Amino acid sequence: MSRLITDTLIVAERNLVRLTRAPDLLLAFTVQPIMFVLLFVYVFGGAILVPDFYGSYVMFLLPGIIVQNIAFGGFVTALGLNEDLSKGLIDRFRSLPMARAAVLAGRTLSDVVTNTLSVLVLLVTGLIIGFSFDASPFEVLAGFALLLLFGYAFSWIFALLGLVVTSPEAANSLGFIAVFPLTFISSAFVPVESMPAALQWFAEINPFTLVVDAMRHLWVGAPAGNAVWGAVVWSLVIIAVFAPLAVSRYRRAAGH
Amino acid sequence: MTQARTHVSAEPELAIRVRGLRKSFGDVVALDGVDLDVPPGTVLGLLGPNGAGKTTAVRVMATLLRPDAGEISVAGLDVVREAAAVRERIGLAGQYAAIDENLTGLENLVMVGRLYGASRAAATARGHELLQRFDLVDAAGRPAKTYSGGMRRRLDLAAALVAKPPVLFLDEPTTGLDPRSRLDLWTTIEELVGEGRTVLLTTQYLDEADRLADTIAVIDHGRVIAQGTPDELKDRVGGERLEVRLSSAGQAADAVRALAAISDEPPHCEGDTVTVGVRRRNGMIVEAVRRLDDAGVGVDDIALRRPTLDDVFLSLTGHAAESTDDGDEQKERT
Ligand SMILES: Nc1ncnc2c1ncn2[C@@H]1O[C@H](COP(=O)(O)OP(=O)(O)OP(=O)(O)O)[C@@H](O)[C@H]1O
Ligand SMILES: [Mg+2]
Repeated sequence: MSRLITDTLIVAERNLVRLTRAPDLLLAFTVQPIMFVLLFVYVFGGAILVPDFYGSYVMFLLPGIIVQNIAFGGFVTALGLNEDLSKGLIDRFRSLPMARAAVLAGRTLSDVVTNTLSVLVLLVTGLIIGFSFDASPFEVLAGFALLLLFGYAFSWIFALLGLVVTSPEAANSLGFIAVFPLTFISSAFVPVESMPAALQWFAEINPFTLVVDAMRHLWVGAPAGNAVWGAVVWSLVIIAVFAPLAVSRYRRAAGH
Repeated sequence: MTQARTHVSAEPELAIRVRGLRKSFGDVVALDGVDLDVPPGTVLGLLGPNGAGKTTAVRVMATLLRPDAGEISVAGLDVVREAAAVRERIGLAGQYAAIDENLTGLENLVMVGRLYGASRAAATARGHELLQRFDLVDAAGRPAKTYSGGMRRRLDLAAALVAKPPVLFLDEPTTGLDPRSRLDLWTTIEELVGEGRTVLLTTQYLDEADRLADTIAVIDHGRVIAQGTPDELKDRVGGERLEVRLSSAGQAADAVRALAAISDEPPHCEGDTVTVGVRRRNGMIVEAVRRLDDAGVGVDDIALRRPTLDDVFLSLTGHAAESTDDGDEQKERT
C-alpha cells in the first residue's frame, strides 16, 4: 500500500513537471477559462434573465462555469495517457516493479492539482468582476472540496477515454462532443426554466445541474434541497464505475 | 566479439529459458511454438524480418504480455506466476525509445530509479553515473525532446540499466541510427555483456547479430527456423555473395548455367540480377566474368557482398525474407 502511494506521487510529480515544460497546456488552465467567464458575463450576461435572488449574472454564472471548467480538467489525463501509450512509456512503466495502479492514480491525482489551480484563477477573476460569496468559511471550503471531488470523478472518465481512443485528436473531439452538451443543457449558464420542455427534462436529471445547484447553495446561499448530497453521491458513483473500467482497460491496452 | 563464458557449476541455470511459447492476436499467430535457451552472461540475437514475432517474444519475456501457452522463465523465475520478481531483475529497451520527452535526461532516469524503489538521492546519484557512461552529461538538463535519435536510444538504454539488472532485453536497439551511432551502441552493448549481464537482442541485420551475439536464433512467421553460433549460421548461408546484374534479363538462364560451377548451391535469379554464394573471395570476380563471357552473357555490374538477412532466409527457407505485416511501410523510429 505504501508502495502504491509513493509510486502514485512519483507519477503525479512527473505529470506536473511536464506541465511546466509545455506552457501552452498551462494556458489552457488559466487564460482560456478567464476568457470564457468574460465572454459570458459581458456578451451574453445582459441578455440572460436570472432569478432576482442572484442580483447579477456573474453571481449566477460563476459557480456554473467553474463546474464546467473542472469537468474539462480531466482532458489532461486523456491526452497524457494516450500519449504515454503510443510513445511506449506505459510499456516501460509496466516493466518496472512499481505498483500497477500508480500510473492511473498518479494521473488523476495530478489533475486535482491543476484543477485547484484553475478554480482559483476563475474565482479571482469572478471576484474582480463582481462575484461575492454569501456563505460561511466552512461552506466555501465545502464548495471547494465538492468541486475537486467532482473533477476527480471526471478524470476517471477521461482516463478511460484516453485509453480507448487511438489518437489525442480523437480524445479531444470525443471529449468535447460528450461534455459540451452535458454542461450546456444544465443549469450552469441559464436557468433551466427558460429551456424548451424536452431540454428542461434532460437538464433536470443531468448530474451537472445537481453539482451546479449544490455549488450555488454552498457559495451564494441559493436554495438547493438535497443537491449537495446528490452531487457527492453522483461523484462517488462515477468513480466507482469508471475507475475499475479504466483500470481494466489499462491492463488490456497494455497488452494483457 | 564476446565469448560465451564457461561456467564452473556443473549445470548452470539458464538466464532465459523458453519452451513452446505461443501467442496469437485474434487470427494472427504471432508466435507459433518458440524454444530458446540463453545461458547467463551470453548474448542471444533474435534475427527476423518485419512481423516475424520478435517484439511479441520480447514483450512476453519482459512480462508485458501474457503467453497463450508455453513455459518461460527469466533469471530462474516464471514470467507469468512470478512476474513481479522478474521485473526486479530485467531491464527493457523497447523497439521505440520509451522516454518522457518533456522531462530532462536526468529527470527521466531519476523517475525510473525511484519507481524501482530507490530514494531520490540514490536515484539521482545513479542517474548521473549513467549519464556519464552514455555520454549524455552535456544534455542532462535538457528536455529529452531536444535529443537526437541516437541520444534518445542511449537514454532509453540508460533507463533500462538503472537497477543494474542481470538480464537485458533490447528490441532492435540500433534500427534508425546512423552508422556511427550504431557502432557506438554496439561497443556499449559489448561492455554490458563484459560486466556479466545476459542480453537478448532482436535485430533485422545479420551483421549486427554476427558482431554481438554468441548465439543467433532466426525467427520467421513466429517460428525459430535456425539456431546456432554466427559461424555455424554463416556456413549454412555460404559466406559471401556474388551479385551479377545482367545487361538483359533474357539471358538469366544462361547466366545461372554459367555460374552453377562456382558454387555448391544453385544461383538465385530475380529479374536481371543473379546471386550466388561463394566460398572464397580471391579471383572470384575474374572467374565469374570469364565464364559469363564464354557463355556470351552481357554484364552491367558485378560485385561481391557480405550475406544479409535476405540471404540467410533464402538459404534456410528458399524464399526471401518477407514482411508478414499487413502494411509494409517502414516503421518510424524513436
Ligand atoms: N497488439 C497486437 N494486435 C494484433 N496483432 C499484433 C499485435 N502485436 C503484434 N501483432 C502481429 O503479430 C505479428 C508479429 O509482430 P511483432 O511485432 O512481434 O513482429 P516483429 O518481429 O517485432 O516485427 P518488426 O520487425 O516490424 O518490429 C505481426 O503480424 C503483427 O502484426
Ligand atoms: Mg518489433
